[in-house]
Amino acid sequence: MACITPDGAPTQAGRRMLQAIKQGASTPEEVARQTGLPIFSTRAGFRDFIEAGMIEQEGDVCRITEKGMKFIT
Amino acid sequence: MDDTQKVCASMPRIGEPAPQFEAPTTHGVLRLEDFKGEWLVLFSHPADFTPVCTTEFVAFAEVYPEFRKRSTELLGLSVDSVSSHIAGARNIEEKTGVKIPFPIIADLSKEVSTAYGMIHPGQSKTETVRCVFIIDPNQIIRAILYYPLTTGRNIQEILRIIDCLQTTDEHKVATPANWQPGQKVVVPAPGTQEAAEERLGQGYECVDWYLCKKNI
Repeated sequence: MACITPDGAPTQAGRRMLQAIKQGASTPEEVARQTGLPIFSTRAGFRDFIEAGMIEQEGDVCRITEKGMKFIT
Repeated sequence: MDDTQKVCASMPRIGEPAPQFEAPTTHGVLRLEDFKGEWLVLFSHPADFTPVCTTEFVAFAEVYPEFRKRSTELLGLSVDSVSSHIAGARNIEEKTGVKIPFPIIADLSKEVSTAYGMIHPGQSKTETVRCVFIIDPNQIIRAILYYPLTTGRNIQEILRIIDCLQTTDEHKVATPANWQPGQKVVVPAPGTQEAAEERLGQGYECVDWYLCKKNI
């Protein structure tokens, strides 16, 4: 996984992405703009986070879950 | 169908959609569609820990900021494992001080290299030759380069091709031999006799009606 380590925690870049999502970024494009991470990385990261239950998707936008919050608080 | 026929049957062509894939890389599992909206240079090399490839990776990494200025990402590929790629990238950084900033596909299954015609059995049945696919933001293949195993690529030429393609897209012009940004571009040749007659009076720098240049 691009943004999650084998033990299930977000990488450093993953935490930056989650922080951006917590602050209101809801698409990979917005997260890429806010964090400076490459768009390919944030798109792959969103897939990983959804699969890991750290963010959830509603329509075209995503928001952070309680599980995701644990890693940035 | 023998190996050679399979390879030829799957050779992608300029102007066609780039074959989609999902593959393990040094930056996690990536899909071609993850790069949509940006230009992409997909390039293959024969193997990690080989001399010419090492010089190419250093050269690509050193010019990476120039690719980013052109909204272009790099994506390497060889028939090696992710662990091998990570070790190779770490070795390059340790020995040369150059960090590899872009992902590298670990194509052990050869699915991506087969889809892109990167294995040329006349050179090697197991290793990819040095291919370069320049893919535009709509994921259409815009240029293809093939180099033999023994010849390292000219990274500046790859940058120049991207400059040419982006200039063509923006200004609807062509670019002459050895063109560099800032030089005159070629106006598309007229398609009718009337347009050809008018062309010479339009203020372009013309050799003849079919070869006219202008500044942009």
